[in-house]
Amino acid sequence: MMPRRTVTFVTLSALVVFTVVCAFLDLSWVSAGTSYTFQEVWEALIGEGTWASNIIVRENNAPRVVAGLFVGAGLAVTGAAMQAVFRNPLASPYILGLSSGASLGAALGMLFTIPLVPAIVATPFLAFITCFATMVLVYSMSRVGGSVRTETLILSGVAVSSLLSALVSFLTFIAGDKLEGIVFWSMGNLGNASWGEIAFMAPIVTVCAVLLLTQAKPLNAMMIGDAHAMDLGVDVRRTRLFVLILSTVIVAAAVSFVGVIGFIGLVIPHMLRILLGPDNRHIMPLSMVAGGCFVLICDYMAHIIAPYFGILPIGVATALIGAPVFIYLLIRRRREVGWN
Amino acid sequence: MTLDVNGLRYRYGDKPVLDGVDMPVVEGEILGILGPNGCGKTTLLKNLNKNLSPSGGCVMLDGEDMSGMTKRDVARKVAVVPQTNEVHFAFTVRDMVAMGRMPFQGMLGGPSSEDERIVDEAIERTGLSGYRDRMMNTMSGGERQRVIIARAIAQTPKILLMDEPTLHLDISMQFDALNLVHRLSRETGLTVVIVSHDLAMVARYCDRIVMLHDHRVHAMGTPEEVLTPENMRTVFNVDAELFFDERIGRHSVILHDSLNRM
Repeated sequence: MMPRRTVTFVTLSALVVFTVVCAFLDLSWVSAGTSYTFQEVWEALIGEGTWASNIIVRENNAPRVVAGLFVGAGLAVTGAAMQAVFRNPLASPYILGLSSGASLGAALGMLFTIPLVPAIVATPFLAFITCFATMVLVYSMSRVGGSVRTETLILSGVAVSSLLSALVSFLTFIAGDKLEGIVFWSMGNLGNASWGEIAFMAPIVTVCAVLLLTQAKPLNAMMIGDAHAMDLGVDVRRTRLFVLILSTVIVAAAVSFVGVIGFIGLVIPHMLRILLGPDNRHIMPLSMVAGGCFVLICDYMAHIIAPYFGILPIGVATALIGAPVFIYLLIRRRREVGWN
Repeated sequence: MTLDVNGLRYRYGDKPVLDGVDMPVVEGEILGILGPNGCGKTTLLKNLNKNLSPSGGCVMLDGEDMSGMTKRDVARKVAVVPQTNEVHFAFTVRDMVAMGRMPFQGMLGGPSSEDERIVDEAIERTGLSGYRDRMMNTMSGGERQRVIIARAIAQTPKILLMDEPTLHLDISMQFDALNLVHRLSRETGLTVVIVSHDLAMVARYCDRIVMLHDHRVHAMGTPEEVLTPENMRTVFNVDAELFFDERIGRHSVILHDSLNRM
């Protein structure tokens, strides 16, 4: 058997190559049925393309691709960290209601104008607040006698998530002429991302993701058990709080700019664990690459079926691909991966 | 490295679990903490490495009050072999033992060559050399116990705490685990504190015994001083006596009967 370090290195290299290919595919899309060759994409990227290819590749496609990479990386590493912190395979921003929490804030931000505050600031800010409030609510609901029970956590997550979704639906219902925007946003939409928004989101996601990576070792110990982690000198409460805050910020940043994109945080870490084992020092950084890659694949799929249905919202594409994988994992109950 | 418990109190809500426990731990000894279920043994142990913080009194580690130390500082000096050692994840034995170096490492960066050497030595010492790449979730309870002991050794502790180390083990494995720790203590001067309700095991391996009863120290001293028929009757409600096993040159306990009239 190959040592895990080698497997990780091989997987990482393969993922990076695959991501670059996916990025080029995604950048090459022109319109339903037509796309550029990789060479044309490259020429456009280095500024030697035609007038049209420069605009399409660099101004239309590139922001979408870059936003997709950051959102995918952020959501996937968040999923990996949350699964470790809750010692629960179902933990993800989506299942725990964080996404719907952020949706509510973002919908409020789009619907009501706050005086003196531009919408580009208000929307992510409100998304962060409601996202964080959701996390606190779900977490405190599932605390029974000082410990968090897995089943209760998932159930509270689902319950709170449904309630928040209903509120978002209500806001959509009364939204009037802003309805289309909210609906489109709630399905996830990378096409909205502008360079200005990316300049805002990318640093937030990057900083938080890097800080999450520093927690990989304590998270390994916490996966074995909170008591074990404490015996090894980990301040379990502080680590858990730190990870939850970072996760919330990442989810809020991602969701408030591109809408709800589900299943990345759930599916990507699981697939990597099957390949590479449980060590978060490998799983977390690779989740970032794989998450970005997954979003680009989904985005490309969403575009190539454009001749039939129009361009699918990215959230629909990730769910269409991610949900079956998730169901497969649930049925298989991967004991060998470690979740009991 | 000394450990001293002074007037320790601990309560869960309104319920006092430890009500003024005084317990000096002598360097290099194997100390047994005995008591029936629910007497606060495990709570006492958890107070010795700051997993719980006392409601009153204090735990002094090398003359320093533990409440002023960080968990990481404590983990550099005190290692634990916990009661349950189930591991559901496919961490390898090497990964697991290497976690013992966590209190000495920074957030990022790999293990130093010193760390690697200590981990290999711990694996060697516990006879796990052939198991390095085995997955934790495919091992038996006794094997996992040995890995956890190796992890504790890799923590290069001055004091080792063991919570019911024999609870989930087959009889021969109980002896293996305690023989290993006994040898380690004699060879390296490691102080060991063992919590147990197994009278015979504690009599056999411990230099001194603390007997807990009704949330307080009922008796403290050598096996002869503590494991008297009266004490065992009062605390454990059994008719039992200590005897010296000539064949192995150590103490053991014979349990005659329970004193409950059914």
